[in-house]
Amino acid sequence: MKHVRSISEIGGEGVVRVLRTARHMEAVNSRPVPKVPALVGRTVVSLFFEDSTRTRISFETAARRLSADTVNFSVSTSSLNKGESLRDTIETVSAMGASVFVVRHSTSGVPWQISDWTDAAIVNAGDGWHQHPTQALLDCYTVLSRRGLEPSTNCLAGLRVAIVGDSRHSRVARSCVEAFTILGAEVVLVGPSTLLPPDTEGWNVSVSNSLDDVLSDVDVVYMLRMQRERMKEALVPDLAEYSRRYGLDEARWSRTRADAILMHPGPMNRGVEMMFDPSSTERSAIVEQVTHGISVRMAVLFELLASGEEVPS
Amino acid sequence: MSLILRGGRIVDSTTVDESGRPADVRVAEGVITHVVEPGADLPDADRVLDATSCVVSPGFVDLHVHLREPGREESETIETGSRAAARGGFTAVVAMPNTEPPHDSRIVVDFVRAQGRRAGLCDVVPSGCITVGRAGEQLAPYAELQAAGVQLFTDDGTGVQDPQLMRRALEYARDLGVTLAQHCEVESLTRGAVMHEGSCCSRLGLPGWPALAEELMVHRDIELCRLTGAGMHFLHLSTARSVELVRAAKADGLPVTAEATPHHFSLTDEQLSGFDPVFKVNPPLRTPADIAALKAGLADGTIDAIATDHAPHAERFKEQPLDQAPPGMLGLETALGVAIAELVDTGLMPLRDVIAALSWKPAAIARLHGRHGRPVAVGEPANLAVFDPSASWEVDPSTLASRSRNTPYVGRSLRGRVRHTVFDGVPVVIDGEATR
Repeated sequence: MKHVRSISEIGGEGVVRVLRTARHMEAVNSRPVPKVPALVGRTVVSLFFEDSTRTRISFETAARRLSADTVNFSVSTSSLNKGESLRDTIETVSAMGASVFVVRHSTSGVPWQISDWTDAAIVNAGDGWHQHPTQALLDCYTVLSRRGLEPSTNCLAGLRVAIVGDSRHSRVARSCVEAFTILGAEVVLVGPSTLLPPDTEGWNVSVSNSLDDVLSDVDVVYMLRMQRERMKEALVPDLAEYSRRYGLDEARWSRTRADAILMHPGPMNRGVEMMFDPSSTERSAIVEQVTHGISVRMAVLFELLASGEEVPS
Repeated sequence: MSLILRGGRIVDSTTVDESGRPADVRVAEGVITHVVEPGADLPDADRVLDATSCVVSPGFVDLHVHLREPGREESETIETGSRAAARGGFTAVVAMPNTEPPHDSRIVVDFVRAQGRRAGLCDVVPSGCITVGRAGEQLAPYAELQAAGVQLFTDDGTGVQDPQLMRRALEYARDLGVTLAQHCEVESLTRGAVMHEGSCCSRLGLPGWPALAEELMVHRDIELCRLTGAGMHFLHLSTARSVELVRAAKADGLPVTAEATPHHFSLTDEQLSGFDPVFKVNPPLRTPADIAALKAGLADGTIDAIATDHAPHAERFKEQPLDQAPPGMLGLETALGVAIAELVDTGLMPLRDVIAALSWKPAAIARLHGRHGRPVAVGEPANLAVFDPSASWEVDPSTLASRSRNTPYVGRSLRGRVRHTVFDGVPVVIDGEATR
């Protein structure tokens, strides 16, 4: 793998490889001293053009557990507007010796644009509404762990996943659709038409406007964060109506399959899409998603910089 | 200055036989003095140019170019844009008004025309704004601008949103006998849009520009033409339904005309899959079905003209994230090559009709038909394009005359290349290179 910018870029083979390596990384993380010298001397640069403390910390933790040096380059888009171009920023940081750029940007495609300006590997930590591949990988990993499955081609065959909410504006949804389907799962996007992608031709998904219709028929309920700004764009009338139709409350949760898993990429909007406390159900995997995020991001960095090597002890 | 073009064949508005008429042409002091059998004796001339295997046609007329001067000289100047035009076989270009300041006063249009004369590579014909500052609020002074030679008015870059204002503009323009040209885009449907709304934008997570945003305004303006009796030109049509609407309007006898750009009939929204802002353009690249409809519209005459919407942007602007990168792509130097590859080589149109769409038909729309798009005949003004219609070539951005490099055709094989361009009797391009 040269870059991890989208799920389709690494393909089914890449997904399985990362998930397998993540197993080794989880073993590392369960040790008393969860640190290995795999990436000594390598530099992982976080380039966040959009704030995200959780994802940045997750990547930095992953890099440090592999003994890489980490540099945090936080840029608000406004400071770029004051003068330095995106290209100048990349070339400058690149010249300092970056092995990997972990990039988050509010505009789709930026990880592709900048890969022309550096020899470093690019990990997409979220671009616009487009992709957030490490989130999808950690989600697949979480589902496999819950179900006691080993990563392999088609390992999620027969599994049905509902992704609920604003998939139109969601990079998590786009990556999850690709990752879950590439491993053989069936995906249904649930939401009002105004929050579904304009055209899902070629996505290999079904769509539904009714959460109640699909709820009792899925193995994974994946809730997306509902953003308040969508009201202003007249995509939904108000949050209360959204919650009534698409919010997950205890009554709805009680109608899911006995082994259905609850997931959310965070941060949760309690009282909007999440109408009950998920910690009240053992079937919530939301906390595990965060924990597995470290192992999966370690696996991604390892596969980019040390693929084929033994995971050192 | 006198000049002889030896060995070519003439294709012009009088051409019936597709292969054209072999002839040698002599030009002196800006006028065609002789059109004779190949090899026949001609009076001496200052310069003899070889036109073997070439078509000699009236120079091309581009209804739609952005020359960026005044205001954005980093991306293009009237001189560099004129040079690109000349190398593309164009002897007249209509300069769009979205400069800084815009073409809403006599002083700006006089400046643009004067800079064009100074460059001396083609006629640079300024358009005027429909509204002051292109702000869509108040009518620009059409009569003042008409007195400065402006015949075509547009707010290109944006469409006139307010239907009442557009109605008044058409009524007022009709009185003066000038033509309004619309950039059709209902902006409330395209806020933040980066590319065509469809399966590709859905996959790429980019905000979509629905075909409907263009079609609604095409439809509105056709109805306003019906109401007011005014004529209207539609800029850069990009959707299948727009072509249908214009076809129906023409069938109803309404005095509407339309243009399509080479990029809209040769490239699809899939080009943006690599996220290269060079492919961001307004209106956006659309689908194979839209391309087929545009080509059919050109072939049956629904679309009158091929216009480039030449829109240079310096590299640093096109290196921004897609939401910030400005829309637009180069077109002047590739228009002929794309048109022949897409329309003639595919058997959709005879070469003569493609030249018509590049020359005498747009000349009539811009009311330049006294000087451009004329037959290649004795006594006519010597504005000529000489090109080899079978030459295949690949675009190398570093060799373009434009100051910018944002061509979408890098690595694509084009067909038909300009060898010489004669403007006002002067060979401004010889063997593909500008002489000025």
